[in-house]
Amino acid sequence: MRYIEPHGHMVSRTTDDYKAMAIAGCKAICEPAFWAGFDRSSADGFCDYFRQLTEYEPRRAAMFGIDHYSWMCINPKESEDIKLADDVLAIIPEFIEKENVLGIGEIGLNKNSRNEITVLEKHIDLAAELNQLILVHTPHLEDKLKGTKLIVDIIRNDSRIEPGRVIIDHVEEHTIKIVKDAGMWAGMTLYPESKCSPNRAIDMLEVFGSDNIWMNAACDWGPSDPLAVPKTMQEMRRRGHTDEFIDKVAFGNPVRFMGQSPKFKLSDKS
Amino acid sequence: MTKQRILDLYFMDARFKLTEIAAFLDRVDRADGDEDFRIAAFREALKALDSGDPERAKNVLLTFSDPTEEPIPAATTKAACGTWPDRPAD
Repeated sequence: MRYIEPHGHMVSRTTDDYKAMAIAGCKAICEPAFWAGFDRSSADGFCDYFRQLTEYEPRRAAMFGIDHYSWMCINPKESEDIKLADDVLAIIPEFIEKENVLGIGEIGLNKNSRNEITVLEKHIDLAAELNQLILVHTPHLEDKLKGTKLIVDIIRNDSRIEPGRVIIDHVEEHTIKIVKDAGMWAGMTLYPESKCSPNRAIDMLEVFGSDNIWMNAACDWGPSDPLAVPKTMQEMRRRGHTDEFIDKVAFGNPVRFMGQSPKFKLSDKS
Repeated sequence: MTKQRILDLYFMDARFKLTEIAAFLDRVDRADGDEDFRIAAFREALKALDSGDPERAKNVLLTFSDPTEEPIPAATTKAACGTWPDRPAD
């Protein structure tokens, strides 16, 4: 069955992963800008990274017939340095112009600090000015509840931002309702230990419904599985969910959210 | 799905995970030294499992969560540890 990986950090994955995802039915991968595992030393480091996202990764994906899109930002883990953040924000508009960039992301919070909030607000302002979709990272583990509430309130307080053009990723059982009640999209991340399991994600679909929700692997340089989405689709089948329901969650919903950007055009919808 | 179907699909996996949790607690008990805030929160979270409340997963996550609402002055670490360090001791 076809699917879309709406949140995969392919810069940290081998080409074998692209091959495996293509075999599993992946039609498109969307890659938000994130933390490399170390702090970049200047905006030049981000510039090189953004080039990797917009030039090299699409070529790697294309080798296997997969469309590749990306999102731009300075991530929350590197947002304590306001000067660095301002320098990076200054180069983002140039990359937003590229035909395979869908919006601003993955912005958000990490430890819920004042500087992280300042940088988040600067990104939201940029997204409003440039009329971009927004993809949000919510903090890990014990910080997630507080961070989700802060993020949703900040976005809700900016009347220029339409909630339906925002996806709050990495929701779990204690945050999903906060996001959905705010009229924003919710992303469930299938990632070991620190986020959701396939079964918990399917449970949330059964409790909260399949509208305005997607699931993703967020595979990166940590222990993670680039095939988490098709494996969860298989588990959905095991529970007796229809192909139509599974296709809606794994393909239709990502298409619907990202299709709000005129740049999102699938080469192969089959 | 019926309860029977859910049990057929997931009982063995849940039994395995429950045994893992029990073994983890045994391991903590056998070890020398002091416990810390993490195991206290873990024991508190376990109460949600037998509560009869239909939102056990949510309640487990809430037990581990920072309930405060004010931003912190500055981030002094990048990582999370799994439970709110400032949770009051029971």
